[in-house]
Amino acid sequence: MRMDKLVKVGMADLNTAKVPQTIRTSGLGSCIGVVVYDERLKLSAMAHIMLPDSTYARSGVINRAKYADTAVADLIGLLEADGALRSRLKAKIAGGAQMFQFSSSNEAMRIGPRNAEAVKDVLASFRVELVHEDTGGGSGRTIEFNPATSVLNIRTVNKGVVEV
Amino acid sequence: MFQYEHVTAGHLDMLKEIGNIGAGHAATALSEMLGKTIDMNVPSVRVVPFNHICDAVGGDEEPVTAVFLRIEGDAPGSMYFMMPAAEGSRLIGQLLNDSGIDFLSNEPNAMGRSALNEVGNILAGAYLSSLSDFTALNLKPTPPALAVDMAMAVLSFGLIEISKAGDYAIVIDTEISETGSDNALRTKGHFFLLPDPDSLEAVFHSLGVNENG
Repeated sequence: MRMDKLVKVGMADLNTAKVPQTIRTSGLGSCIGVVVYDERLKLSAMAHIMLPDSTYARSGVINRAKYADTAVADLIGLLEADGALRSRLKAKIAGGAQMFQFSSSNEAMRIGPRNAEAVKDVLASFRVELVHEDTGGGSGRTIEFNPATSVLNIRTVNKGVVEV
Repeated sequence: MFQYEHVTAGHLDMLKEIGNIGAGHAATALSEMLGKTIDMNVPSVRVVPFNHICDAVGGDEEPVTAVFLRIEGDAPGSMYFMMPAAEGSRLIGQLLNDSGIDFLSNEPNAMGRSALNEVGNILAGAYLSSLSDFTALNLKPTPPALAVDMAMAVLSFGLIEISKAGDYAIVIDTEISETGSDNALRTKGHFFLLPDPDSLEAVFHSLGVNENG
């Protein structure tokens, strides 16, 4: 089976990538890109989450990739199904920006920081070590993870590229 | 709640008319501000999966200037006035008579940002007040907020309310443009109106369109 070299993850979406693939999601604003990986098997899984918790859902059938709690659980499940060991899993996260500064301090406007908190809580509850976090601020981010090196590449419009 | 699957051709025509009326008034306001002719295309109304929401503005990572405001009142929603960053810089440069304005540079540029925010405010105000007259709905804009960043990063914020109900948005998109004397396209901007899921019912109801279109 031919594999695409680059796996793309859309908004409210998740997917997996293994060597020699890389996995990428673009245009994270208040959303969080979370990558969970097994360094030894060089397996990775990424989600682009929009909301902190699946209790926000208003319809019966939910898209599990959209919420921090269900998305992280699914990433771990997918990696374990491929042979990854829970105790070896690590995570890197980016996003959760406040794209707009408002004069009024409406709680709904703080969705970015709340997403970041939620993702960290869920990772902790699964005992997945958070190796790097690039959250908050006011800039959109595009991220790409390479399971061969466990390096996460983070690009912003104004500050160029950093590798973590 | 109104289901997107139930949107009929009659509904879409009605929403197009909303884009026409709203953006038409905004284009007139911009035309007066610049002293130039502003053209408007036929609005497009689409039910768009989140992953294709940025197609109209050049893709997820396209740098844009975006003025955002929430609509409060009888039919809540989100509204954007969005331009490719280079176009936004040029528009404000024209208004302030300062060709050095570049929103993508790391210069603070408080004057340019404030002008862009105000332009967005005036245009969105014109859009919404005409819409409010047409629908007889009470629609109030929040104060505008500005971002210069990747299209997806700024648009996703306006999808938060909608995302609680599904993975699709109704996008009422109207493009406005300035045509120069040499017929070259000058400035291109987009108005995006993203009604919250519950708002469609209110809009259709007040316009006398029933659930079956």
